[in-house]
Amino acid sequence: MAHKAKKYKGLMDWLTTVDHKKIGIMYLIAGAFFFVIGGIEALLIRLQLMFPDIRAFGDDTAQIFNELITMHGTTMIFLAAMPILFGLMNAIVPLQIGARDVAFPFVNALGFWTFLFGGLLLNISLFTGGMPDAGWTSYVPLASNEFSTSRGVDFYTIGLQIAGIGTLIGGINFLVTIINMRAPGMTFMRMPLFTWATFVASIIILFAFPAFAVGLILLTFDRLFDANFFDVASGGSPVLWQHIFWIFGHPEVYILILPAFGIISDIISNFSRKRLFGYASMVFATMLIGFLGFMVWAHHMFTVGLGPVANALFAVATMLIAVPTGMKVFNWLLTLWGGQITYNTANLFAMSFIPTFVMGGVTGVMLAVAPANAQMHDTYFVVGHFHYVIVGGIVLSLFAAAYYWWPRMFNKELNEGLGKFTFWTFYIGFHLTFFVQHILGLMGMPRRVFTYLPNQGWDTMNLVSSIGAFLMGIGFLATVINIVITTAKKKKSVADPWDGRTLEWAIPSPTPEYNFKQLPLVRSIDPLFYEKVQGNKGMTPAEPVGPIHMPNASILPFVMSFGLFVAGLGFMYQDGGLNNDFLNFIFENFIVAFVGIGITLLCMFLRSVIDDHGYHIEVEELEDEGAKI
Amino acid sequence: MSHASHEGENKIMHQPEKATLEGRNKVLGFWLFLGGETVLFGTLFATFIALRGESNGVLAKDLFDMTLVAIATFILLTSSLTSVLATQALHRGNAKQMINWLIVTVILGFSFLGLEIYEFYHYVHLGHTFSSSPFGSSFYALVGFHGAHVALGVAWITILIVQGMRKGITTYTAPKFYVAGLYWHFIDVVWVFIFTVVYLMGEVGF
Repeated sequence: MAHKAKKYKGLMDWLTTVDHKKIGIMYLIAGAFFFVIGGIEALLIRLQLMFPDIRAFGDDTAQIFNELITMHGTTMIFLAAMPILFGLMNAIVPLQIGARDVAFPFVNALGFWTFLFGGLLLNISLFTGGMPDAGWTSYVPLASNEFSTSRGVDFYTIGLQIAGIGTLIGGINFLVTIINMRAPGMTFMRMPLFTWATFVASIIILFAFPAFAVGLILLTFDRLFDANFFDVASGGSPVLWQHIFWIFGHPEVYILILPAFGIISDIISNFSRKRLFGYASMVFATMLIGFLGFMVWAHHMFTVGLGPVANALFAVATMLIAVPTGMKVFNWLLTLWGGQITYNTANLFAMSFIPTFVMGGVTGVMLAVAPANAQMHDTYFVVGHFHYVIVGGIVLSLFAAAYYWWPRMFNKELNEGLGKFTFWTFYIGFHLTFFVQHILGLMGMPRRVFTYLPNQGWDTMNLVSSIGAFLMGIGFLATVINIVITTAKKKKSVADPWDGRTLEWAIPSPTPEYNFKQLPLVRSIDPLFYEKVQGNKGMTPAEPVGPIHMPNASILPFVMSFGLFVAGLGFMYQDGGLNNDFLNFIFENFIVAFVGIGITLLCMFLRSVIDDHGYHIEVEELEDEGAKI
Repeated sequence: MSHASHEGENKIMHQPEKATLEGRNKVLGFWLFLGGETVLFGTLFATFIALRGESNGVLAKDLFDMTLVAIATFILLTSSLTSVLATQALHRGNAKQMINWLIVTVILGFSFLGLEIYEFYHYVHLGHTFSSSPFGSSFYALVGFHGAHVALGVAWITILIVQGMRKGITTYTAPKFYVAGLYWHFIDVVWVFIFTVVYLMGEVGF
């Protein structure tokens, strides 16, 4: 057993780290980066739709608009919302269950780097002559070579394939962490709701993402290697793509919203200074939503013509989801009821989530009515609906989580004044943008069309919607400024700034790299609050101070993901078409692709044959802590 | 190994892959991974069932050589048995026996792959290619994905054999051998379904 660890500094530290807290921060930064890109795309969309019959981007406006809506959706779902949630899960879940790290620190780093390289691959399509333009659902035949002639869709299929690997192994990692690594006394029914939500979301990831991986690879085969899966002329089936996509795609929205529910539950309980109302029913509602999420995919396909029986069954199953979701809403309200509510930024975002999400849920039940859906399908009503659940649900909860957990992650508190400014501008801007879209949709304005004619009664509402979007942009900018100011400030946060209830607030600040010097003994739900009520200063330790086993840092995850990135490019350009004979030669003969795969396989080989026992932090080092880290 | 005096040591040696937290994590994580793999192959099966009727005139029942497929099936299922014997040797702490059984498993895996490559070669000459029809595309996607899994498994177990010779059975290496056994069983189970859904049902016509 190696006792002294190789310590890296600076950039190499970040490239090689396997510490869940640092990986969480990297997820957060990368997710925020893609959130900015997706946000700019959103503003450009609203710029084009601000006035009737304009060409904001010149003659190519229609094509550019298609690329913008595709990349906006894809980026926001896969590269912004999920990674930011993964960042929070990484940073918080091991602390909430009293673990020293995740189950597979190496795999954790690998998951981050595959996500990042997949995301970068998708986004470099901006510089290679055309981004994906077939919508974030990439329906065939629109996404086939015949109708999507640029390489954009190849960037979509291969980029998401690589990023999806990261998500899948990340999900497995969280599952094993939560099952095997809970502190003594931390039973399943004592876990905070955010941990529960992470657990259920990870199960959904495990069973939903492989289906998408197959769908993507079939589309890749169709586009690059002349397969016939989705080609009608030779007997293929475009509806098959829709089934595969939505069998993944609908659970995907629960992968996003369940962690948001968990965040809201933790924050509302904390700032009401009450135990979460109906804890057990919250847990079962979470599981029920996760289960039902797999039963409803065809409600995205009501207009395909699956027949009245299928439509009726999927409509009823969809409406059923409103029941556990309603349970959650009432539990949040009853947690607030009679509580000592703190009106700070985190809680404002958390509380405002409730009515906003209910509105998104109600329009969801409206859309579940199959006959009505035939009218609302592909109109702005649908756009309004899913932005109410995704922005009004997930983004509000992400803001809440950022303000709530910032002191734990970065050891500093964000400014409350700027936070509240963000809240009001973003919240008002959000409703301005998306509320009117419901009405526009009911009036018949179709989604995914780049412009509209004047004097149909749509002009004012589109203008209002665009103004709201820019207001949201200003709100987000205020938080960016807030982050910069806070980072520049010297003032450190205390360890437990919110008088917390759960284990992540029981740790000294800044969080030591081993999290807990002694694993805590959990004696109740809301364990820290329980100890406070008992008059104890902190958690009761469950073990004596002893040497702590730590995993070694490694550059392999980074190189392994880079190999996949190279291989992706190699397969994409296997038909040549570059301006350089040498480049054409190495791409057309699969040299680039095989070099990329070779790099990845070599890394896997090295990982297998080189023993990695980690190292120990000895008791003496633990005792004179404080100066270090 | 069943003497009472060795009971404590015996417990560790009986399941050395679960003796450490890292080991237990690996075994559980791998089971979950196989759950994901099940969905992956499930989607490929669904695709095949949806598209198998769309051929370019080359029908499954004219195509498949059942003798060859039966031999391949026999080989692969036998390799499942030998990998169980390897895992049992692991639990007895007998590194030499375990390695020998793993070598037999790899040889059987290679034989299966050889037959499959010949089979594909044969079909291509009969006009049944990856891009000839949706039947062809979905056939090669499903059976090819399985073949790729076998190839990866063969390479993986070969690396493990060398490691087993050098490092022996320890609480660090045991989880590796154990999850490789799980993996090998999994791809055998997938083959049972391929044999049924693709070959047997293809033989009776669909």
